[in-house]
Amino acid sequence: MASILGIIFSNIHNKEVFEITQVRTIASAPIGGRYRLIDFTLSNLVNHGVNHIGLVTKSNFQSLMDHIGSGKEWDLARKTGGLVILPPYGINEDTIYNTRLEALKRIISFINSAKEEYVILTDCYHVCNVDFSDLLDFHIQKNADITCVYRTQKVANDSYYLPANAFVLAPNKRVLSMDVVENVNEEANVSVDMWILKRELLLSLVLDAMNFNSHSFNKDILKQNVNNLKIYGYKFSGFFGNISSLQSYYDVNMQLLKKEVRQELFEVKGRSIYTKVRDSAPTLYCENAKITNSLIADGCIIDGNVENSILFRGVKVGKGSVIKNSILNQDTDVSEKTSLEYVVTDKNVKIYNKKEIKGSASHLIYVKKDASI
Amino acid sequence: MYFCTCEKNVMLNKKECVAMLLAGGQGSRLHVLTNRLAKPAVSFGAKYRIIDFPLSNCIHSNIDTVGVLTQYQPLILNDYIGNGQPWDLDRVFGGVHILSPYQGKDKTDWYRGTANAIYQNVNFIQRYNPEYVLILSGDHIYKMDYSKMLRFHKENKADCTIAVINVPMNEASRFGIMNTNDSMKILEFEEKPKVPKSTKASMGVYIFSAEALYKYLEEDEQDITSENDFGKNIIPKMLKNGLNLYAYTFEGYWRDVGTITSLWEANMDLLGVNSEVNLQDPNWRILSRNDAFPPQLIGENSTIVNSLITEGCLVEGTVINSLLSCNVKVAKGAVVKDSVIFENTIIESGAIVNYSIIDQDVIIGKKSIVGAPKEETNKITVIGSYVEVEAKAKVLPGAIVDSTIKGE
Repeated sequence: MASILGIIFSNIHNKEVFEITQVRTIASAPIGGRYRLIDFTLSNLVNHGVNHIGLVTKSNFQSLMDHIGSGKEWDLARKTGGLVILPPYGINEDTIYNTRLEALKRIISFINSAKEEYVILTDCYHVCNVDFSDLLDFHIQKNADITCVYRTQKVANDSYYLPANAFVLAPNKRVLSMDVVENVNEEANVSVDMWILKRELLLSLVLDAMNFNSHSFNKDILKQNVNNLKIYGYKFSGFFGNISSLQSYYDVNMQLLKKEVRQELFEVKGRSIYTKVRDSAPTLYCENAKITNSLIADGCIIDGNVENSILFRGVKVGKGSVIKNSILNQDTDVSEKTSLEYVVTDKNVKIYNKKEIKGSASHLIYVKKDASI
Repeated sequence: MYFCTCEKNVMLNKKECVAMLLAGGQGSRLHVLTNRLAKPAVSFGAKYRIIDFPLSNCIHSNIDTVGVLTQYQPLILNDYIGNGQPWDLDRVFGGVHILSPYQGKDKTDWYRGTANAIYQNVNFIQRYNPEYVLILSGDHIYKMDYSKMLRFHKENKADCTIAVINVPMNEASRFGIMNTNDSMKILEFEEKPKVPKSTKASMGVYIFSAEALYKYLEEDEQDITSENDFGKNIIPKMLKNGLNLYAYTFEGYWRDVGTITSLWEANMDLLGVNSEVNLQDPNWRILSRNDAFPPQLIGENSTIVNSLITEGCLVEGTVINSLLSCNVKVAKGAVVKDSVIFENTIIESGAIVNYSIIDQDVIIGKKSIVGAPKEETNKITVIGSYVEVEAKAKVLPGAIVDSTIKGE
């Protein structure tokens, strides 16, 4: 199999889920009881033999560093290759990048010194289990210069879906044109911000971009080169959770309660999703526990009612408390006789006795990190 | 807790204390549960294996050099321990090492007894030039700070310190009993005495001053009548020769899980918020090797009462007073009560499991019945790994099963 270098942009979508990313990067946003978003991206890469990965960071990345550590949980603590953290640095005035292309310019020496033949570039806001080997096969079979991964979906509600890049494709999947779409009520081939190309090509594109002082990977590289380069679209049709707002963060989490989604994401042989191990004890269900349709991580102690909810590691639910349609992040402590509905708590939230907090399906209540109520 | 003299020790190429963990026992009283693996590798407490307890104790007690002596069915145990990373025992100097019997230049030997096993690995111990050697066994469930025991050993300038736990007088005749004076100096050691004089039972945890250990191991090896056992030979001889032996009283939970009944009971002891073992203690986490499983999913019509459940499980039926290891599936209408289920086992719809221990990768078929309610029987049912209990089959209480059980 051809060797592939991975490059992950950990900050590109920070602004979109601002509640969750106040204290962290989008890449380290907690999801599904025990994961961070980056676990999916990293595991997808590692499961396809990518063992040299550059992680581009920009700001707020302390929690990301804490999560990643040496990369050993993903088998990326290596002498050769492994996980390389690429913190922001620059010379003179333009020290901080804003776009992917600007980030690539700053890590050009990393790209240059790598030995791999191909590069996968990817953002970090998706919950999916992608078969990158199949993507590479497609790329080689089409003799493509760049292959972009896309999904066919509607971009309907502008508060929910952000403006996205959509491709117009020829029947052979060649990209004919690409444009930003927003609030269109019909299906479009929307880019999911994952690309594969040869490392040498990426180098020359980034060097050109430096000469011409261009900034956008989508606009200045892909769109500009639709006719000059063979750019193809690879359709991903499996489960795809797209985190682009608090509402979609909630919805994607809730999707994980479905057995078929669970199977597709977590139970594919040889394609496990790895994460940092916290050595929590198994979850203890006490005498008064009553659990329905919920995803519960290890380390919880539950003596109340939990319904249609996601409990992260170390959550406590006291006697007589009722948790409905909620997401309780790591170490949330709910005392006795408290009722929560449509609530998303961040880490370490303490909710004392006899409180009632009630949101609704369209108006979620978010409780920020370390808050006491 | 982690700050100690270890930095200094690295510089001097020396460890103050090295632990030797005896993990070679077959554990024949666990029957089918040890058909494929050694007793210390048997699953325990939903996500652990028995050996996680002594290994976690070591690292929390600031002992970072551990030799694990394996002999019987070592493959799974060796695999599990690996480079020791889950216990923070992957070290540049020290760390965990698997010590299997080996072929020497002059002679080749299996480990003949506990003392012989250590004797054959004295070279390993001496690499670290320790002042003290901690001997542990791999089949007990307890959380113990060995550094406190080591302090006691040093304060008494002892040659050997034996950890003891007070047991009820009526059970004392099942243990090795230490008779001591008021300052805990051991005067007499009696193995399973008919009429016990004290209730101080040996926990199988010893600290030796290294020089005394080397000397007595060497002498014991020359003695052809010896069974090369710490309890039977080394300790009595040290006492006879008037060495300083002390008993260190451990207060807390300690269980030998060498039998089906004691294994079942110790598992059940983990249930409830007031469990004596307290797995949730953030200062004394039990560390273990983790597989990558998603959080447990609890379905629509499930009932879970007083149970311990871990990652990968999918519960759609009823689970009462039970422990489910990684990746166990309990289908709709299935009932698991008063039972311990090991990893990857599937309980199909309508099946009823009562008062049982079910090993890993077992399939309990639809509408089958395993065991009988605890109120009606005093016999624990045991199903070995990879067994299939076919649909509508019946496994009688107290049965120990290691092959397919046919349905109707």
